[in-house]
Amino acid sequence: MIDKLSWVAIYPEIVLLVMACIIALVDLSTTDARRTRTYILTLLTLAMVAVLTGIAANDGKTVYGFGGMVVSDPMGNWLKCFATVALMVTLVYGRPYAADREMLRGGEMFTISMFALLGMFVMISGSNFLLIYLGLELLTLSSYALVALRRDNAVASEAAMKYFVLGAMASGFLLYGLSMLYGATGSLDTNEVFKIIASGKVNHQVLVFGLVFIVAGLAFKVGAAPFHMWVPDVYQGAPTAVTLLIGAAPELAAFAIIIRLLVEGLLPLAIDWQQMLALLAIASLLVGNLAAIAQTNLKRMLAYSTIAQMGFMLLGLVAGVVNGNTYNAQFAYSASMFYIVTYVLTTLASFGIILLLAREGFESEEITDLAGLNQRSPLYAGVMAIAMFSLAGLPPLVGFYAKLAVLQALIASGQALYIGLAVFAVITSLIGAFYYLRVVKVMYFDAPVTASTVSAPRDVRTVLSINGLLILVLGIVPGGLMTLCAKAIVATLAN
Amino acid sequence: MGLLSLAIWVPIAFGVALLAFGRDEHARGVRWVALVGAIVSFLVTVPLYTGFQNGTAAMQFVEKGSWIARFNVNYHVGIDGLSLWLVLLTSFTTVVVVISAWEVITERVNQYMAAFLILSGFMIGVFAALDGILFYVFFEATLIPMYLIIGIWGGPNKIYAAFKFFIYTLLGSLLMLVALIYLYNKSGGSFDILSWHKLPLGSTAQTFLFFAFFAAFAVKVPMWPVHTWLPDVHVEAPTGGSAVLAAIMLKLGAYGFLRFSMPIAPDASHEWAWLMIALSLIAVIYVGLVALVQEDMKKLVAYSSVAHMGFVTLGFFIFNELGVSGGIVQMIAHGFVSGAMFLGIGVLYDRVHSRQIADYGGVVNTMPKFAAFALLFAMANCGLPGTAGFVGEWMVILGAVKANFWIGMGAATALIFGAAYTLWMYKRVYLGPVGNDHVKELADINAREFLMLSLLAIAVLWMGIHPKPFTDVMDASVTELLRHVATSKLPLP
Repeated sequence: MIDKLSWVAIYPEIVLLVMACIIALVDLSTTDARRTRTYILTLLTLAMVAVLTGIAANDGKTVYGFGGMVVSDPMGNWLKCFATVALMVTLVYGRPYAADREMLRGGEMFTISMFALLGMFVMISGSNFLLIYLGLELLTLSSYALVALRRDNAVASEAAMKYFVLGAMASGFLLYGLSMLYGATGSLDTNEVFKIIASGKVNHQVLVFGLVFIVAGLAFKVGAAPFHMWVPDVYQGAPTAVTLLIGAAPELAAFAIIIRLLVEGLLPLAIDWQQMLALLAIASLLVGNLAAIAQTNLKRMLAYSTIAQMGFMLLGLVAGVVNGNTYNAQFAYSASMFYIVTYVLTTLASFGIILLLAREGFESEEITDLAGLNQRSPLYAGVMAIAMFSLAGLPPLVGFYAKLAVLQALIASGQALYIGLAVFAVITSLIGAFYYLRVVKVMYFDAPVTASTVSAPRDVRTVLSINGLLILVLGIVPGGLMTLCAKAIVATLAN
Repeated sequence: MGLLSLAIWVPIAFGVALLAFGRDEHARGVRWVALVGAIVSFLVTVPLYTGFQNGTAAMQFVEKGSWIARFNVNYHVGIDGLSLWLVLLTSFTTVVVVISAWEVITERVNQYMAAFLILSGFMIGVFAALDGILFYVFFEATLIPMYLIIGIWGGPNKIYAAFKFFIYTLLGSLLMLVALIYLYNKSGGSFDILSWHKLPLGSTAQTFLFFAFFAAFAVKVPMWPVHTWLPDVHVEAPTGGSAVLAAIMLKLGAYGFLRFSMPIAPDASHEWAWLMIALSLIAVIYVGLVALVQEDMKKLVAYSSVAHMGFVTLGFFIFNELGVSGGIVQMIAHGFVSGAMFLGIGVLYDRVHSRQIADYGGVVNTMPKFAAFALLFAMANCGLPGTAGFVGEWMVILGAVKANFWIGMGAATALIFGAAYTLWMYKRVYLGPVGNDHVKELADINAREFLMLSLLAIAVLWMGIHPKPFTDVMDASVTELLRHVATSKLPLP
């Protein structure tokens, strides 16, 4: 029987799938080296999908479809909407770079990234462990292919290889954990599993054993220490446009599956996974912030910065359940959601600048390549400075409120241990401020190596300016996005 | 938009507009726009004084609107007697600093001027904020322009200084952020500073809060022994940067003690007053001695700033009316005097490109007009009656003697050291025969520098001769503050 509602639940996914196939076909008849036709078609599709998910998100309704396999709720729809926009921005920034490096030949970049997005969508809206896993695999397989897109480049190929081997292992972990969970509860449906665990009839030890594997797999996917080893290598090795592709939008999806698996499915085990996440967060904050100081390669530094930022985001998830009480949950999880959304926004800007400065045969990867950028182009230096100060968590930029919200969630728990974690996070982010400041220092205080001004295609210029401005404007009026995240999380928790 | 909001946002708007100017071929226009911006910003703050109601401790010119509903954060600003003059001092100093940079800064003029105007708005925001997060946002945001000012236009070792400034002050303020969030949760979800003043708090909580605030404000003041960043930063910062740093940014810390530490944690403040007094006395006496042996003029004035700010914190923590008002008066006076001292050093530096005392001698012979100004400011720095420097120090010492004779005695000895290092420096730089060829070729100050120094001289003399307008506005607020601090907030057993 065809349930009308079911199709509504996966409407954007269907559009995306159909259009990805059509665009792949259209691309066959395109000879243009910059793939203008494919590019525009891709952007239009993504814009349409963004609008569709945005409308669905704005409705605020939660719809289950296909026998509870998928769920379309405000949190998922907002994350999908943001991920789509992030991908659009990524493609705008990345196209000139990719075209210069002959990465657009055959147009795979656009179609594969659309399939990656489809994978993210499935991850985000999956309400069944198996479906979530399938989405994850679709995303990661697409990512492997994207990293290897420059097949004649040894560094990129090596990065792809590392990514693939380690990624496959992590998927194995996750799948193993899920299978144990299935063995213990007899179900793969998140809500079903939740009920069965909450009833307390299942052997706790088996569950925790499975949980360890699930958390380890998730930690790998978000790049939390000590499962972070692939992040610096892949970030550095991948072509910068692809680094941004795998470093921005997929973080939103990774957040979504943490919520789906741990919160929607395994909340009764919160005490156990909160401890694990707390340890991961502490390790990430330490490793990320300390290792980033030593980096001279900008992409590598940003990779370690990502590890540290993910650590901070995980802290929000740690504070959800206090003494078995969930009064703090909506604040904590919405703080994390706000954190991840603003993190992606900032990452787009910082990598956008790197992509902009990269010229043919010159990658602009070293921090010193930014020297004197302020003299060459005050606008782009300003955007980069805004991004760096925001990542460092300085007001009046949006990164500050992200940190504020997470710290607030920790302190609101009233637990001495969590307040200690907040102080620890604050001190490590002070260390972090050092390396973000160094980027600003290089741009503003050092003399430029070349005097040539920086030029950019109009689309890149416009989007980059808006991107930078948004970090600042959201820093001045963060209320709307915060409320949006809070409402989305409340709607998800209510189910 | 209310008057106070205009005072905050007009300079920021001008600063942002300047950023759009682009390259240095428009430098002339940029300077004029910056000057107009600074003067307009100053004029906007004048009605704050003329319209201020004396004799009430209530907040005036209050504006309140929801800002981040999710956290109950409000755009809530207002001023009382504690903050009124600090706001005026800020907008006044900005005018002087813009004039001081007129032809001295030739590179990236628009960014320089913009940084100072934006900084000015942020600092007024700090003094006006009545919401914890709003305060924190402004307090932290000041770091960004100052970091750029030091790093771009600073001296040879500017990068070290810029980082030291940033990291030191950031460490302090991050702990304050934890304290603010803690208070938010304690008060049941409010960031209203005034409501925190009424919050009952246990003694452990008060101690925690007191030291979290201490970390933020003591570094900013700076108190001994966390003052070491200040001399380094002053030496490297451009003239305008030093002037603003000494004249206003140090006051952000002292103001924090008045607005947060004392009223929110009064019992802890009393309990730890001995520590604050001891650190202040060390600053006043020991750092005064350190200033005596400096060979770099900027370093000398920087150490003298630490010593003078010691008077401010000393005045606050002896908890009587004379002490607290004296501390606030001293803040304003030090703003004028130290600003003037740094700008004076800048005048010499622009000509000779050295700040070493040994490179000068007999400047009075070639720059008589300038030497006269310098003498006035030097006198004010050692606290000569009739100058701004005298009033505050005198009140603080009087208050200290009232509280405890030996504390007053210790503070009073500082006047001797202050006179010693200031006058000795003056003698070595200005008096005597012409020291070398550089000094022989010096040209006296031009009209621009004359204008800039006159503005400060008028302020210094006016405040010294007629301090009543300064003390009148703060009386009621200080009384209220002390009444508040005298009331224990420990929950009844």
